[in-house]
Amino acid sequence: MVDLTYYDAWYIIAPDLHRSFGILVLLLLALRLAWRLNTIHPEGIGKKWEQYVAIVVHRLFYILILTIIISGYLITTADGQAISVFGWFDVPATVYGFENQEDVAGEVHEVLTYILITLVVLHSLAALKHHFINHDATLRRMLRSK
Amino acid sequence: MAKKLLISLAFILSFNVTSALAAEHYIIDTKGMHAFVTFKVKHLGYSWLEGRFNKFSGEFDYDETAPANNKVNINIDISSLDSNHAERDKHLRGERFFDAKKFPTATFISTNWEDKGNGKAILHGQFTLRGVTQNISININQVGGGEDPWGGFRRGFEGSTTLHLSDYKMKESAILGPAAEDVQLWLSIEGIRQ
Repeated sequence: MVDLTYYDAWYIIAPDLHRSFGILVLLLLALRLAWRLNTIHPEGIGKKWEQYVAIVVHRLFYILILTIIISGYLITTADGQAISVFGWFDVPATVYGFENQEDVAGEVHEVLTYILITLVVLHSLAALKHHFINHDATLRRMLRSK
Repeated sequence: MAKKLLISLAFILSFNVTSALAAEHYIIDTKGMHAFVTFKVKHLGYSWLEGRFNKFSGEFDYDETAPANNKVNINIDISSLDSNHAERDKHLRGERFFDAKKFPTATFISTNWEDKGNGKAILHGQFTLRGVTQNISININQVGGGEDPWGGFRRGFEGSTTLHLSDYKMKESAILGPAAEDVQLWLSIEGIRQ
């Protein structure tokens, strides 16, 4: 998407979908947090510091996703314009008009997203390593609580 | 020796004073924002897109009796570009177009005031945008001038010119197509006499 230029057919549609999915992810994140706080989850395994790191990284994911969504929202709404979610409903602008708001929010959005992508890749590789090399059934533990 | 120096110094000073009296010096009223730098470019060739630069500063000298002495300097803060659509502004400030981080300021420095009488003139000067300097000429019209209600003296001009996007080496300006090649610039400048 960072390569799209003005006359590409996707130039209008892709950002519209991007913003809409962003708001959906926010709703999913809220559901996920509600789920996480109100249901059981697998106990940590491994050494103490490994369990500690696991908790930190998990929380970091939530914080990153939330911050990325908020910064994205602040780009689009920086001049007071609303975000249309698939044309179903509009999310209005709330805080806007800060000096170069869209540029600052844009930097945050970009940098944090690359950090998130990197962490997701590492995290997925680590999960596969646990499951297939350490044989600790990590992938199954995600589905069951034991 | 000392006397000679003093005399020449006095001569220089008096010369400066008289020339300062003849040419009035004005600072553009950006504090009260009685000045505007706006642009207009065609969208797809189907309509006009209008925007402006919200932050700039400048000054000018105006000499009614010897208009050749007229001078204008303007600095425009590129990151203050405002087309009333945050995502477009961000896009335009980016390195594909204005590259505002690398080239934060556009400047105009006049080189020659070609007086046409009746408050009209063609102002020639060097315009630097995105690190590229071009000789441009601006059609000037004096809108008015006189005492203001607050004890000052003001003079206002409008200026218009057409810039050519391809002159300024923006990475992707060609993508906007020939319809966007000509950008109309319109300036409204009110100066407060110093």
